[in-house]
Amino acid sequence: MFDLDRWREIFQTLGKNKLRTILSGFTIAFAILLFTLLFGIGNGLKHFFEEAFAGDAANSVYINSGITTKPYKGLQSGRRIQFRNDDTKFINEKFEDEIAFFSPNIQRFNVLTVYRGNQNNYTVRGVYPDYLPLESAVIEKGRFLSVLDLKKRAKVVAIGRMVEQDLFGNRSAMGKNISMDGISYKVIGVFSDPGGDRDERFIYTPFTTAQGMYRENDELDYFGLTYDPKLNVDQALQFTSVLTRILKEKHSVDPRDQGALRVRNYAEGAKNVQQFILVLNVIILFIGIGTLIAGVIGISNIMVYIVKERTKELGIRKALGATPGSIVSMIMQESIFVTAIAGYVGLMIGVLVLRGLGDSLEKYFIVNPSVETYVVVGATIVLVVAGTIAGYIPAKRAARIKPIVALNDE
Amino acid sequence: MIEIKNLHKSYPMGEESLHVLKGLNLHIKEGEFVSIMGSSGSGKSTLLNIVGLLDIHDEGEYFLNGQLIQNLDEKKAAVLRNKFLGFVFQSFNLITYKNALENVALPLYYKGVGRKERQKVAMEYLEKVGLGEWANHLPSELSGGQKQRVAIARALVTNPKVVLADEPTGALDSTTSHSVMELLKEINEEGMTVFVITHEEDIAAETDRIVRLRDGVIISDEVTNRKVKA
Repeated sequence: MFDLDRWREIFQTLGKNKLRTILSGFTIAFAILLFTLLFGIGNGLKHFFEEAFAGDAANSVYINSGITTKPYKGLQSGRRIQFRNDDTKFINEKFEDEIAFFSPNIQRFNVLTVYRGNQNNYTVRGVYPDYLPLESAVIEKGRFLSVLDLKKRAKVVAIGRMVEQDLFGNRSAMGKNISMDGISYKVIGVFSDPGGDRDERFIYTPFTTAQGMYRENDELDYFGLTYDPKLNVDQALQFTSVLTRILKEKHSVDPRDQGALRVRNYAEGAKNVQQFILVLNVIILFIGIGTLIAGVIGISNIMVYIVKERTKELGIRKALGATPGSIVSMIMQESIFVTAIAGYVGLMIGVLVLRGLGDSLEKYFIVNPSVETYVVVGATIVLVVAGTIAGYIPAKRAARIKPIVALNDE
Repeated sequence: MIEIKNLHKSYPMGEESLHVLKGLNLHIKEGEFVSIMGSSGSGKSTLLNIVGLLDIHDEGEYFLNGQLIQNLDEKKAAVLRNKFLGFVFQSFNLITYKNALENVALPLYYKGVGRKERQKVAMEYLEKVGLGEWANHLPSELSGGQKQRVAIARALVTNPKVVLADEPTGALDSTTSHSVMELLKEINEEGMTVFVITHEEDIAAETDRIVRLRDGVIISDEVTNRKVKA
């Protein structure tokens, strides 16, 4: 219940004992400030590493073919393994449950691309609409390839941001026709890719279009897929090993042959990154808890000291008719008030400092240092509770001292 | 007003215990101006603490305003102190960071009186002890005599039944002592029961009844100045 008189009494006590108030407030504010900064910088490190490994979807798998290195089932080594459309169908049907996005791929390097006198060579990929999430690419303008484009073998392309910049300068490429190896394609979309400039210099065209254009039959180059993100790292590794085994069987490749079929699973790398981030998280948590404990100890000490210093005053109050309950609640209310306000101040300073830092520490692997609101609010609550308990124990003791003893305290 | 029957009190001192009050019987009627005389160690402070509900007696009976004091928890004691008793201490015991007016008003705060009313009543009592102009001064800005007047105003502000003064002049020079005693006498003449503890003969001489205490026993109880009213 709000008791104006009580608050007046508390404000007066706090205001008239500035040193004491500032001392305890400073401890709390400093603890929360340190907590916020350390946590924020830790998060910055985490962000950096998350970003560094964000080039492709973390759950992506690429399947390439090569040349057999071992003879198997009467077939000689040195045989080239060629993926065809029936492999697309085969993989899609066999692993329907595990696969989230899937695309065969035809890749053509050094395709001369021209738009009104500007020209450059790019890698052109014929893909399914699913390829976009595989690359973690994001459409900036227009749209990506559609199933309809695929069916109609439409002569359309989605180009990377850098391609647009190279060929169109500041103008928009949307709806324009570009010529690739002398054939005209319509630009239907522009994408960006967290993988950087290189990944933004690709041109995507429907798989069927590319196959018709660059292949005389149903051959294709490689597959990209992402597995169901619900799979954990071990399940993902299991999935890729089954996938490899079955594909090798289909193409009569020795199971021990490392060259003929290569399945690259990002899960392996993702596992390391995840572990690294986990360790980082533990360290951050450890530092955070340590800071909080230091703050809690600080505020406890100060509260004990404050109550000790006030013993006589409390004795006077008791002689004048203060009940033990009113003594306890007065001290606790003061303590909670100071810790809450000071905690908030520390938090605000910390958040402002982090915001000020921004990305200026990027070369030290710290990106966007920040703290989640709930973490800091939680930390402040912990300190307020600690301040309360720290205030409660000595307050309880002070309230129990006989007024006559308290009065004699010098 | 205050009735004590066969009161005993001991303090544990390590293994043994110190028997301070050895069966006191005392009856103080409403409106009396009583002093308890005794050298240090006679048990007079202990008696005042028990009467003031700041300490608990071991044995015997204590009636305050007709109410038997027993099994008192801290909370009840606090309420009774606030309601019936006003304290004046040797060392004044003013709260250092509160000004004179706020110090006087503090018992009213614990009584649950509203802020405006508190200030008004406290001001009346400050004026009564002649310190109206000093209302906004901190205790550190007041002389010893002034501090004790503030303390007396504070003791009176709740309009208690009894004012208990523990060596009220102990820290004051003789002129100031005399004026403080005059003030207490005035208060008594308005009908307040005043209970003074002292070791100084001339202070005790200013009261109407002197009870002498030695080694925890009352050795004499004489009425020196019989008033018309009593």
